[in-house]
Amino acid sequence: MWGGGKLGSSGGWFLRVLGPGGRNTKAVRPLISSVYVKNQLSWILQIKPGVFNEYRTMWFKSYRMTFSCLNRIKSFRYRWARLYSTSQTTVDSGEVKTFLALAHKWWDEQGIYAPLHSMNDLRVPFIRDNLLKTIPNHQPGKPLFGMKILDVGCGGGLLTEPLGRLGASVIGIDPVDENIKTAQCHKSFDPVLDKRIEYRVCSLEEIVEETAETFDAVVASEVVEHVIDLETFLQCCCQVLKPSGSLFITTINKTQLSYALGIVFSEQIAAIVPKGTHTWEKFVSPETLESILESNGLSVQTVVGMLYNPFSGYWHWSENTSLNYAAHAVKSGVQEHPMSAEFAFKGEAEELQANACTNPAVHEELKK
Amino acid sequence: MAARLVSRCGAVGAAAYSSPLVSCRRWSGASTDTVYDVVVSGGGLVGAAMACALGYDIHFHDKKILLLEAGPKKVLEKLSETYSNRVSSISPGSATLLSSFGAWDHICNMRYRAFRRMQVWDACSEALIMFDKDNLDDMGYIVENDVIMHALTKQLEAVSDRVTVLYRSKAIRYTWPCPFPMADSSPWVHITLGDGSTFQTKLLIGADGHNSGVRQAAGIQNVSWNYDQSAVVATLHLSEATENNVAWQRFLPSGPIALLPLSDTLSSLVWSTSHEHAAQLVSMDEEKFVDAVNSAFWSDADHTDFIDTAGAMLQYAVGLLKPTKVSARQLPPSVARVDAKSRVLFPLGLGHAAEYVRPRVALIGDAAHRVHPLAGQGVNMGFGDISSLAHHLSTAAFNGKDLGSMSHLTGYETERQRHNTALLAATDLLKRLYSTSAAPLVLLRTWGLQATNAVSPLKYLLGF
Repeated sequence: MWGGGKLGSSGGWFLRVLGPGGRNTKAVRPLISSVYVKNQLSWILQIKPGVFNEYRTMWFKSYRMTFSCLNRIKSFRYRWARLYSTSQTTVDSGEVKTFLALAHKWWDEQGIYAPLHSMNDLRVPFIRDNLLKTIPNHQPGKPLFGMKILDVGCGGGLLTEPLGRLGASVIGIDPVDENIKTAQCHKSFDPVLDKRIEYRVCSLEEIVEETAETFDAVVASEVVEHVIDLETFLQCCCQVLKPSGSLFITTINKTQLSYALGIVFSEQIAAIVPKGTHTWEKFVSPETLESILESNGLSVQTVVGMLYNPFSGYWHWSENTSLNYAAHAVKSGVQEHPMSAEFAFKGEAEELQANACTNPAVHEELKK
Repeated sequence: MAARLVSRCGAVGAAAYSSPLVSCRRWSGASTDTVYDVVVSGGGLVGAAMACALGYDIHFHDKKILLLEAGPKKVLEKLSETYSNRVSSISPGSATLLSSFGAWDHICNMRYRAFRRMQVWDACSEALIMFDKDNLDDMGYIVENDVIMHALTKQLEAVSDRVTVLYRSKAIRYTWPCPFPMADSSPWVHITLGDGSTFQTKLLIGADGHNSGVRQAAGIQNVSWNYDQSAVVATLHLSEATENNVAWQRFLPSGPIALLPLSDTLSSLVWSTSHEHAAQLVSMDEEKFVDAVNSAFWSDADHTDFIDTAGAMLQYAVGLLKPTKVSARQLPPSVARVDAKSRVLFPLGLGHAAEYVRPRVALIGDAAHRVHPLAGQGVNMGFGDISSLAHHLSTAAFNGKDLGSMSHLTGYETERQRHNTALLAATDLLKRLYSTSAAPLVLLRTWGLQATNAVSPLKYLLGF
């Protein structure tokens, strides 16, 4: 009845005419924004389009694009690239383009972002339960009350809103301003969430100085496979965390299996993920991730695999991390700035320091 | 410039969206309406219990719940001497639900009657089925509906900071959100009351009975038909005080007649019969009525020799194979008087909604399913719906999910439709099977009943 976001329903997925997993060629870029305009109509008029019809429609429409439109888009693209070329950034402008085109589709639970919606069933309890371990007495109904959380790459706010509903104060940041607009609009209807969540259009580096050591938790879910410079990104994450704060990452492993299933099957064959969303070269293996985290003073507590069943549309925990996985790391309790650490964290901080000394590079795999 | 181009593209897209392919009424009401997390429409037994279950749920401490009841608030200062004629048979599972939010304690402090055995037998043969729990646990409880309602009202008052109850409030219009997430229209369900006040809610639960306004407004198909039967209820005084912990039900060709214990000297009658006969029963004078009841339970006029012989044969066979499973037919206590003004009749029918859930809507209780009282399952199915839905909503709330999201609502629907469809079909089948005195069917059901009585697991499968 309400099945969607699985293999069956595909609304406007074929945005990329030529879609290699890697960087886009020049010829492809102008097509993307104009195709976005033309295809709004074709998305709506065909509620459950056949896969090939969509492809054909879009191809023909893209050919009918006018030159003036092309010129406008060329200048727009260059201006965008210029904005980012001046600063040291982890934001990939190509990635920004991909998500810009899909900015309105975030909140359709049976649409293209359905797998991310259903991933909440795993990642929200993961974050919640690990944070609850640090709260001595939590309020029923608002278990994360009093926690400040940063959601990096929040997109349309899919993960931000559940965290807000659990009582936390959340700041969601994303470099694509259409995403933030969608997220802002969506939360504005709920008076409770409106107060607890704040959205900003920016990248992580831009807010590092002003928000150093202010967050109890940083969440970077499905983000690290899209950044240019992983090392810088994780360093920034560490800087904005309070001592003994938690970092939660979910991402995709870099293995042959993840290429076969994550790129070839998911994007090109089954269209579970829009084409061009992921680049295999940017996938991060848990070992790489851990080594970077450990070298930046974050101790990895948990690494656990996640598996998506495209037929049921549900995610499951798995011992196998060769596809998707989630990681939880905790910042060491040593303070860099003379800010008072909360009493509740003191015991944890000492314990973590002891762990860091005796087991420098060991991580525990949580068997679920 | 970049932003403007993008927003223009967005505007083109939005304009294309708004031409209604799917007719969706845009709400132009005030955005200062209160947004509730859950609104329960209908404050009957099932609606009030749903509001209680959510109000006492630990993960709902931060949420706002509203209960809308069209009738006035029923205040019961003192338990009346006379028993009410509307009673329900509460199963142990339902009792567990009621005790989970403290209503069962109030019921225990008022009055209820536990029964330990149930005898169900045929008017056309000697076949019978006896349900009893080997370890002498209570099989069920007979409680007056007013008592349950009072217990629920008391518990609702205790959580008034989370649950708001509005009496004399009938919703006259429901406005559904657009199926596509749209930029400037509210994603919540809008409810307009008779007095003009409006609310918004993330989840609307329809508990407004078998003529559910919520179900009709949502356009959910309802499979329903009227049985050509009405049920007569009355409160009866027994000839002599007995232990009275047995529930009796006899299937007459015109319909089942049931005697449910209320106290040592009182029992409640539920007699389903044709419309004409029901009207006669309600209007005839008390002595005639008492005679009719007694003869319905005691008379063997519908027996035929053929069926009796056939039944005896199987009974003998069962006696050889499983001696302990032969039950002797017992006779229910005889009735002496009927309470004045306690005879009432109401029509019977079957109903089942094709869907229990839609985005931001869920149906529970009689709004979702309506059943013949012969199995005493009507309100128990409703309480089962509450257990399931409250469990799904509680998990969703603890996961920070949007309460109106279909992902957990479909879980509730699947769980309950499977259970309820089976029970509805079985009850309907039993009703039709026992509505006839044609020999082949009587033989079939005689042997079937005797066989079921002999096979214990089958009996317990039926829920006893």
